[in-house]
Amino acid sequence: MNLKEKIIEKIFLLIALSSITILALITFFIFEEGIPLILKVGPKAFLLGEKWIPSKGLFGIFPMIVSSFWVTFGALLLGIPLGLACTIFLSELIPPSIGILLRPAIQLLAAIPSVIYGFWGLIVLVPLIQNYLGGPGLSILAGSLVLSFMILPTIITISEDSLKALPPSYKAGALALGATHWQTIWRVLIPAAKSGIVASIILGMGRAIGETMAMIMILGNAVKMPNSLLDSARTLTTNIGIEMGYASGDHRQALFATGIVLFFIIMALNTLAIFLSRRRVH
Amino acid sequence: MTKSQVSKTKQISSAFQAALPSPTPPRGEGKVGTTRNRGEGRLGHWVLVFGNYLGFGIWNLGFIFLLLFFLIGVGCQRSKAGITVAGSTSVESFAELLAEEYISRHPESQIYVQGGGSTAGIEAVMSRTANIGMCSRPLMGKEKNLYAVTIAKDAIAIILHPKNPIQDLSLDQIREVFSGKIRNWKELGGPDHPIFLVTREEGSGTREAFQKFVMGKEDIGLEALVQDSNGAVRQVVASNHNTIGYISLGLVNDQVKALKISGVEPNMTNIDNGRYTLVRPFLFVFNEEPVGEAKSFLEFVLSPLAQKLLLKEGLVPVLPKLAQK
Repeated sequence: MNLKEKIIEKIFLLIALSSITILALITFFIFEEGIPLILKVGPKAFLLGEKWIPSKGLFGIFPMIVSSFWVTFGALLLGIPLGLACTIFLSELIPPSIGILLRPAIQLLAAIPSVIYGFWGLIVLVPLIQNYLGGPGLSILAGSLVLSFMILPTIITISEDSLKALPPSYKAGALALGATHWQTIWRVLIPAAKSGIVASIILGMGRAIGETMAMIMILGNAVKMPNSLLDSARTLTTNIGIEMGYASGDHRQALFATGIVLFFIIMALNTLAIFLSRRRVH
Repeated sequence: MTKSQVSKTKQISSAFQAALPSPTPPRGEGKVGTTRNRGEGRLGHWVLVFGNYLGFGIWNLGFIFLLLFFLIGVGCQRSKAGITVAGSTSVESFAELLAEEYISRHPESQIYVQGGGSTAGIEAVMSRTANIGMCSRPLMGKEKNLYAVTIAKDAIAIILHPKNPIQDLSLDQIREVFSGKIRNWKELGGPDHPIFLVTREEGSGTREAFQKFVMGKEDIGLEALVQDSNGAVRQVVASNHNTIGYISLGLVNDQVKALKISGVEPNMTNIDNGRYTLVRPFLFVFNEEPVGEAKSFLEFVLSPLAQKLLLKEGLVPVLPKLAQK
């Protein structure tokens, strides 16, 4: 019996390691393809250059880095309050009968393919923005709006899980000490679940930065530095997504190099998530 | 689908929490396990942390199996005899139509048509992952060693929203618009509105042809909206009164309006007598002279019947007799 368990354990370890091997291979390949171009163009010209004209050998991705952050920031600005309010409502305030309906509905949001979000944004949001606010409609504003919906399920499910993981004694104790329900939520439960909530926000941010398909459809993909929320923009992921099909030679390598930048941003985000949530605990 | 997606989110959340010190560690953890067990636990912990570092918490057994099944499924499908046609998205829709016609006459054959772009199509032919490459621009450099056949010619139309009052521009005006020198429709005699450019992405055959025919050495303005297919360009132009874009003439429909260029309307007669100059070849590209299935498909594509079909779809056939009709 014990032997059998050990064998199973080893098999699972092997499988876990194999997935990491695949990951390592992907990483290696991205770097192997991308680094030569960064060195050829020069890291500064690549990261801070403002012109992306591959046919003329100009590979500056600074506008895309800026756009990525604009779009993500916009999505968080809308997504965090909405997500947290929803979490608090779901886990603390809701009558159980509504919860049965609401929870699967929110989880369904995560199941909708991003191309559907993109299509919806293109057909509904873009004309609205174009008619009422001006500009081409395909804009950072539209992208942020759609992204904020897309990150909701991530924020809600994970932060609700972390609220649920709190020992019931926290709530009981606070209520017993005479705190109102709202005080208990705001002063006791939220601070106690902070690590999970922060993690959920950063994971949502990761999803927002990584989203490609919907953004290709909504952002308009102009390579110019965006000046306002109503300008079209191109993020790092959409740059890869939109030009991948036709790229060859240096151009293709430049797309891999874009991937390297994206890779470091995601690494930094996840490190931040781990660091922040550790600090809150102690 | 729904279920698996939901459970993925759950897995991410639980994987993440496992990687983080949980806010309330189960009491007594670490006291029960032996030293060796704790070591293994730590390894597992690192595996998770590493996975999370790269945002791949979802990699798991089920996922790998799914992938395997999928690959096996694809492999089995492809083992059925057939040829693959890959490349330019401009040619893709026409090739699909031709493939359908061809299969209806040769039910034992299979033809797989894929997009991806002219360059990708040529690369696929060179690496022999595709039998036929579709290309919507002239071959360049070492690509010229390939065996290429012009299956039709295509005109590029400059398109506007149908409600835009402008009907006619010269090539110079179009160049100035697309390079960002003219920024308002007023300067062209239209309403007082900024012009929004719509272009194709770098490397697209349509863009290369447009660059060659219209822009010359000028660059297309960086502020231009970029869409990754003819259809997407048409969609954007159709939904905004102030846009200008360019697509294959064959794909112009009543949602958009094709512009006259210096008074020359883009139609078959003008293309054929050479007055409308924005015309490029559609190529089928092979590694060497085709044989077997690929050859018989090519012969079909060049037959009067298929060429007539292409003419009906708005392309310029390579058979001179048809073009005159």
